[in-house]
Amino acid sequence: MFWDKDIETIDRPSLEKLQFEKLRKSLSAAASTSFYQKMFDEHNININNIKTLEHLQDLPFTTKQDLRVSYPDGMVPVSRSQIVRMHASSGTTGKSTVIFYTQKDIDDWADLVARCMVATGTHRDDVFQNMMGYGLFTGGLGLHYGAERLGCMVIPASSGNTLKQIQLMQDFETTVIHITPSYALHLVEVINEQGIDPHQMLVSKAYLGAEPYSEETRLKIENQFGIDAYNSYGMSEMNGPGVAFECTYKNGMHLWEDFYIIEIINPDTGEVLAPGEEGELVLTHINREAMPIIRYRTRDLTRIIPDQCECGRTHYRIDRIKGRTDDMLIVSGVNVFPSQIETVLMSFPEVGNNYQIVLEREDNLDRMHVKVELYSKMFHGEIKELEQLKARLRESLRALITINPRIELMEPGSLPPSMGKAKRVFDNRSI
Amino acid sequence: MPYQVSVFAENKPGKIERITSVLNENEINIRAITIADSGDYGIIKLLLDRPEEGCDLLKEKGIAATLKEIVAVKIEDKPGGLYHVASLLRENNINVDDAYGFMVKSHEESVFVFQVDNIQGAEKILKDAGFSTLRDKELYLL
Repeated sequence: MFWDKDIETIDRPSLEKLQFEKLRKSLSAAASTSFYQKMFDEHNININNIKTLEHLQDLPFTTKQDLRVSYPDGMVPVSRSQIVRMHASSGTTGKSTVIFYTQKDIDDWADLVARCMVATGTHRDDVFQNMMGYGLFTGGLGLHYGAERLGCMVIPASSGNTLKQIQLMQDFETTVIHITPSYALHLVEVINEQGIDPHQMLVSKAYLGAEPYSEETRLKIENQFGIDAYNSYGMSEMNGPGVAFECTYKNGMHLWEDFYIIEIINPDTGEVLAPGEEGELVLTHINREAMPIIRYRTRDLTRIIPDQCECGRTHYRIDRIKGRTDDMLIVSGVNVFPSQIETVLMSFPEVGNNYQIVLEREDNLDRMHVKVELYSKMFHGEIKELEQLKARLRESLRALITINPRIELMEPGSLPPSMGKAKRVFDNRSI
Repeated sequence: MPYQVSVFAENKPGKIERITSVLNENEINIRAITIADSGDYGIIKLLLDRPEEGCDLLKEKGIAATLKEIVAVKIEDKPGGLYHVASLLRENNINVDDAYGFMVKSHEESVFVFQVDNIQGAEKILKDAGFSTLRDKELYLL
């Protein structure tokens, strides 16, 4: 089953021709933005010299930091009146990375997501329960619009409230769910606790995204639920979910090359690697009016699977994400950088300079423990005061990472000092 | 004004040892000790014969310690001894944040030590009612 068979099965030479045409359009749009104008000037780049797809390699990379620098609209070539939507990447405070969309961008994105869903065998008669958060995060609305485009009945349940989720699944005969892998494991546990046999439920598919997880976790979810689970890849910088998706063969995610140009680079040298070699995924968005992004460093480690998939789709697949080239943490689906946590902690005069972040998975849910040292001079001998400090720390961090961290107050000097290469993050989750 | 030393300590083995070793090396005597526990940490409260010095020495060792003003009142070491003080505090609507007691001479004299917001006020009420509150030197040298 295909959503757009001609484009999904396009032969390689035609695909590359199409990519190049779209790249030229995106480059000239990008060149009209203040950010890229400056970047191209600084690197003496004339986009008219980009005459083949390979010439893309002559252009500099765009990073997340660049998105912050160009905040809010330094990368937007269209007028404000053409923009119909914005999203912002999760887990950032202050200057977040904001992505804009025109109506055409939203429509195209919905089509792309519909394409992903059809590749897994979903059709208009399915009932789709979306358990991803709605809002600035792209995970909720991205799949929502795609499923509607396909013609499914959509239950916009959003995340959390597990008993309500189960009731909705039963009352409306949900067949497809969109969920984080950790929440899927929690959900199936609660279903069992309720005395319901998950294998008797009508749900037959889960789209798993927003968090890294292992093949073992996928199999666990599939077996416990009696469903097929599909891997989904996306990020707000590239629209959101729908960038790459597994087909029914579940052997890598088709990355839609009529929307994105894929490069895999050596993260240290920036050198482009041959298909099949493992490195950092770099994507150029060639199908977005409101925000063309050139050679975006995703920081995700993967490889291209160059051989053709049995499903007949010709677009390259990427392998399961192996890790990150930066220190970004994904906690309950939210992207968190340790530096953000540090910024929050250091804004409290009561805590010392040293801290540790410990991540655990308890009952299939992510838990974050933050250990901070008490600053001696701010100690007044009152438990009340210390408990209030813990509550204020917890609340400030919760606002950042959306889950409640457990704060542990430590004695001054009990944590390794910040000088040198102190290990600050201990990720004990087995995914 | 008498002081106790309040020390922040993680709830882990060896914490009391670390604190008392500093006091031992400097021959500072502990007249009373109590621990307010709050899960992963606690506050150890020490009544020392040389509180200022003890507090400084602990701080020098990197320990979070602070001097805390307290009220120390002499009570009789017999049934009802504390009751009379407690009634007086209740009549004056004084809330006791934290307290402990220790015996000076069996069946004769005990001391009740407590933390309140308004120390001078509490001391005046106790004195007016005939109780003797202890000045710092008196308390430390008991």
